[in-house]
Amino acid sequence: MSALLIDAMSLLCILAGSFFTIAGAIGLVRMPDLFTRMHAASVIDTLGVSLLIVGMMLQAGAGLVSLKLIFVLALFFLTGPVVTHALAQAALHERVEPLLAEDRRAARGQAPPADSEGAPA
Amino acid sequence: MFAAAAIAVLLALALAVIRAIKGPTVFDRALAGNSIGSLAIILLAVVGFLTGRPEFLDIGLTYGLLNLIGTLAVLKFFRHGDLAHDPDTERQS
Amino acid sequence: MRMISLAAFLFAFWLALSGHYTPGMIAVGAGCAILVALAAWRMRVVDAEGHPVHLLGRAVTYFPWLAIEIAKSAWAVTRVILNPRLPISPTMTTVKASQRSAVGRAVYANSITLTPGTITVAVDGDLLTIHALVRDGALDLEAGAMDRRVRDFEGGA
Repeated sequence: MSALLIDAMSLLCILAGSFFTIAGAIGLVRMPDLFTRMHAASVIDTLGVSLLIVGMMLQAGAGLVSLKLIFVLALFFLTGPVVTHALAQAALHERVEPLLAEDRRAARGQAPPADSEGAPA
Repeated sequence: MFAAAAIAVLLALALAVIRAIKGPTVFDRALAGNSIGSLAIILLAVVGFLTGRPEFLDIGLTYGLLNLIGTLAVLKFFRHGDLAHDPDTERQS
Repeated sequence: MRMISLAAFLFAFWLALSGHYTPGMIAVGAGCAILVALAAWRMRVVDAEGHPVHLLGRAVTYFPWLAIEIAKSAWAVTRVILNPRLPISPTMTTVKASQRSAVGRAVYANSITLTPGTITVAVDGDLLTIHALVRDGALDLEAGAMDRRVRDFEGGA
């Protein structure tokens, strides 16, 4: 009985993870500019991956395999923000202008930092 | 069940490859490359379970570390045109 | 003290990854852990920033909260992506990080980036520049609920 329950939960997790992975990838293609695409990619890197890994952990049971899956998950959660941040900063440095509906930086009394650090145009 | 997950990940990989081919700027391609790497790790794990050989997870871990270093190296190269960049000399260049 | 804890963590990591428990392999693992800890000590990275073991206790309550936040905002971003009209309103804003230590600020900036829908683009002192997918995400961050959470997590360090 409990084995059946675990199977059902793991099936649910894996299906949900697959759904979020595909949704993130669709966003990667649909979004209009670089910064909005990053948001779509981070859906894959967080919810899609963690649901798939939790589903696999439920199948594997307690043991070395589950521990390794936790390491893979921790790797995703530690390296994901680093890469995203580096990408955003490099793009701003190269003057890739984000598509903006509203720029609240000036309204909050701060000059946009990209202009103060970049080379004079 | 794992077959369904593998198909989903492959589909997402195909979409990421479309973005890597289309992507107007080099940063779009770097982002797509990073996503392809993440999906490849997950695909390795899923295929490991599909074939009943969890040893694939070790390869996935290694691939994750390489993915991080690779993306950062590409970004650094495109930002500075140099991999051995010294931040002290940035102001003069 | 941090050296011993770093070596212990590295050795536990080795044990978890190897899966072979013969005396020879364990000795090699212990040797590697001590060697890496010594190398880290020579690089002078074994300090409150490089090995923040003192945050381990409070992490137990912070990470589940962060996981729930990630799930909520990932669902919101997914709804935006799958909406046929693609109702995005990208917004740039700045928020002030009120954490005292560099570790706290790094945790805050990384938590913002980890939550889908918001990205920390630049860090300048204690000012973070944020790019949000929809306007509400930027307004939520300006309200500062996550900032307070991370300040509690950092504690009196």
